[in-house]
Amino acid sequence: MKLSTFKKGLHPEDYKYFSHDKAIETLPLPDDVYIPLQQHIGVSCEPLVQKGDKVKTGQIIANTSAYVSAPVHSSITGVVKDIEKYYHPLGMRATMIHIHREGEEEWELLEKIDDWKWTPKEKLLETIRNAGLVGLGGATFPTHVKLNPPNDKAIDSFILNGVECEPYLTSDDRLMVEETDKILLGMAIMMHILDVKKGYIGIENNKPEAIAQMQKRVVELGYPFTVVPLKVKYPQGAEKMLIYSVLKRKVPFSKLPMDVGVVVNNVATAYAVAEAITESKPLIQRVITVTGDGVNEPKNLMARLGTPFKNLFESCGNVKDDVHRIFMGGPMMGMTQYHLESPVVKGSSGIVAVTGDLVEEVSTFPCIRCGACVRTCPMDLMPLRLSKFSQAKEVKKLEEFGIMDCIECGACSFVCPANIPIVQWIKVGKIRVQEEAKKAKEKA
Amino acid sequence: MTEQKSAPEELKKEIKVEETPKEEIKKPIEEKPKPKPDPRRRLFKSDRMIIVAPAPHNKGKHSVPRIMYTVIAALLPAIIVSLLLFGTKAMVTILVAVFAAMVAEYACNKIMKTGLTIDDGSAILTGILLAMTLPPSFPIAGTALGAVVAIVFGKQVFGGLGANIFNPALLGRAFLQASFPVKITTWTLPAFAGVDAVSGATPLGQFFSPDKIETPVRELLLGNVGGCIGETSAIALLIGGIILVILKYADWRIPLSYIGTVFVFSGILWLVNPAVYPNPLFMVFSGGLILGAFFMATDMVTSPVTPRGTWIYGIGMGIVLMVIRVWGGLPEGVMYSILFMNGLVPLLNRWTRPKYFGEIQKERKK
Repeated sequence: MKLSTFKKGLHPEDYKYFSHDKAIETLPLPDDVYIPLQQHIGVSCEPLVQKGDKVKTGQIIANTSAYVSAPVHSSITGVVKDIEKYYHPLGMRATMIHIHREGEEEWELLEKIDDWKWTPKEKLLETIRNAGLVGLGGATFPTHVKLNPPNDKAIDSFILNGVECEPYLTSDDRLMVEETDKILLGMAIMMHILDVKKGYIGIENNKPEAIAQMQKRVVELGYPFTVVPLKVKYPQGAEKMLIYSVLKRKVPFSKLPMDVGVVVNNVATAYAVAEAITESKPLIQRVITVTGDGVNEPKNLMARLGTPFKNLFESCGNVKDDVHRIFMGGPMMGMTQYHLESPVVKGSSGIVAVTGDLVEEVSTFPCIRCGACVRTCPMDLMPLRLSKFSQAKEVKKLEEFGIMDCIECGACSFVCPANIPIVQWIKVGKIRVQEEAKKAKEKA
Repeated sequence: MTEQKSAPEELKKEIKVEETPKEEIKKPIEEKPKPKPDPRRRLFKSDRMIIVAPAPHNKGKHSVPRIMYTVIAALLPAIIVSLLLFGTKAMVTILVAVFAAMVAEYACNKIMKTGLTIDDGSAILTGILLAMTLPPSFPIAGTALGAVVAIVFGKQVFGGLGANIFNPALLGRAFLQASFPVKITTWTLPAFAGVDAVSGATPLGQFFSPDKIETPVRELLLGNVGGCIGETSAIALLIGGIILVILKYADWRIPLSYIGTVFVFSGILWLVNPAVYPNPLFMVFSGGLILGAFFMATDMVTSPVTPRGTWIYGIGMGIVLMVIRVWGGLPEGVMYSILFMNGLVPLLNRWTRPKYFGEIQKERKK
């Protein structure tokens, strides 16, 4: 059978064998958690607690009235130690609420929903917002916004993203195998909210167990979903690529998936939606893959948000001495970490430690215009030119060659035989374009 | 080039990990009383470095030297056949060209203070390709001069590898053609063809002469004909060329569109008047077309990066070649056809920008 996929892209070695057969373990409760006020795209939250306050598990400790945002919950029961700037895994210092664990765990649950099928959609959306749900695939866009498209956009299809195209990561894979029913329930709830009839589950073909399990349960539970096995290719998990792979629809330039009538959500998000609606549990934990050849015992852990990475590594037999890089997320788009006190946030799908064996230090050659980046770019851009223009600060040319369309998947840098940091220069170029636009605005 | 080299330094910071007090290391983790969490305390126990750099954190296995040396390896079958055909003369020419190219590269590196680039394999490749386009009887001094011109004026004056507009080896040959027009068209017949070292004409020369002798295609495939060192045996060249295409170090569109255009163009002429024009297979396998199409036109630096541009490039070369061969003053035109289209590559790259994923047609027309 010919598997569907998108055009171009590449297939890096996936290294999923470290942890793909490790069942999800629950990490023991950490003694201290650091909960960033901003763990999502949108407006940052304001703290609702003060130093010395007692908090329960699941209590909202920071919130805002802005629409594109999601509240933040305490993930343990304890006392607020302080509210200060700590190391954020995205590479900056950000305000976080430091909670020290004390006493028995007490829960503060969300408002109970008796039967979601007969609950008004507004109520469900409100519950989803109160649960602090964001896209758990890594983009962390607030879910209630995604599930509430403007009235003029007719949504006809829902795609569940179980692609997990980044090498190393296996958290979604394990979740699909172990929590199939909850994921399908979450998907059904989201489709009910959107009033969509057609549901697709996109899974890459290197997760045969997850595909088999999903197909089996979809039939057994009688859901009208289609499981779509996809050819293994990076970056298939990117929203626009996935929509093309599954439905062969192209999201127009600078438009959103909802403009072609599609909403995409990650399997981890579906799982969290089911937990929030049926068990009234807010988002206080997630599955995170701790893996890489720099970790002694790679594992998939169910960890409370705010747990320092240090705790994760300790439960996985610590990092090896010759560790070379540690990054949160996959190797193609992940952020390198320089501090193990950084906490697990809503967007952390994995933390990977690699030794020098896998990431070679390389020297750079001049561009030989081999065109490998052009042949690989999933967005059909010309990365070599963008990188040159970015170095030369040619902002107009950058815009002309569609720099803002770049999804920063890193495929160009991966394939470049001259080892030019292409996507890195494109990121610099994006900042240059934005700065120029700002200047123009100030002048006007 | 300097700016590109500075890029990794600019983007990458190595952060030194501080040492934790020694008492803490000695205690096993279980017994250790939980230390007060201090966010400024680094967690690594030794003074080793970890890399903090932007994504991606993994890398494909291709590299520039790897590409260059693979192309050289793909040329080996053709080199071996030419050594069998022309003996020591061919070997001397190849070695002299490679040596002169490397010396020129080294001298340019020193004068331009760019850091050594002789180990990336591109100078060796230029030397070999230049030697392949010369007749075996070509004087050694001329070969060396051609290699120096190829490196200095073909590549280094533009700023080194990646910055040149024209294929360096072909530029060197064009210089030699202008300087030694007689010497470069004095051909030696291969040793098998009877008496050793007899001057003879190339199949194309024979065909476009008043005698009009058409060499059989079988002879062309085996290489038992007069011609330059590397352009005699089509089979040996095809083996290497197809390996390159399979490894994706040569874009398959270039040989296909180039040779395909020549085949179709000459086929039409042959059908119109078989008495005047040769059959298309003769056109394809004679002269330097196979060598040029698989090893020179596909030079990454001087060929377009976009798929559409590549088609135009290949078809353009085919048309220029046919015009020179059939109506031009020279019997062979592979070199000029490639150089001509090389000059158009920057424009092709600009004109044939691929349509973005999801680009709206209207926006583009504006």
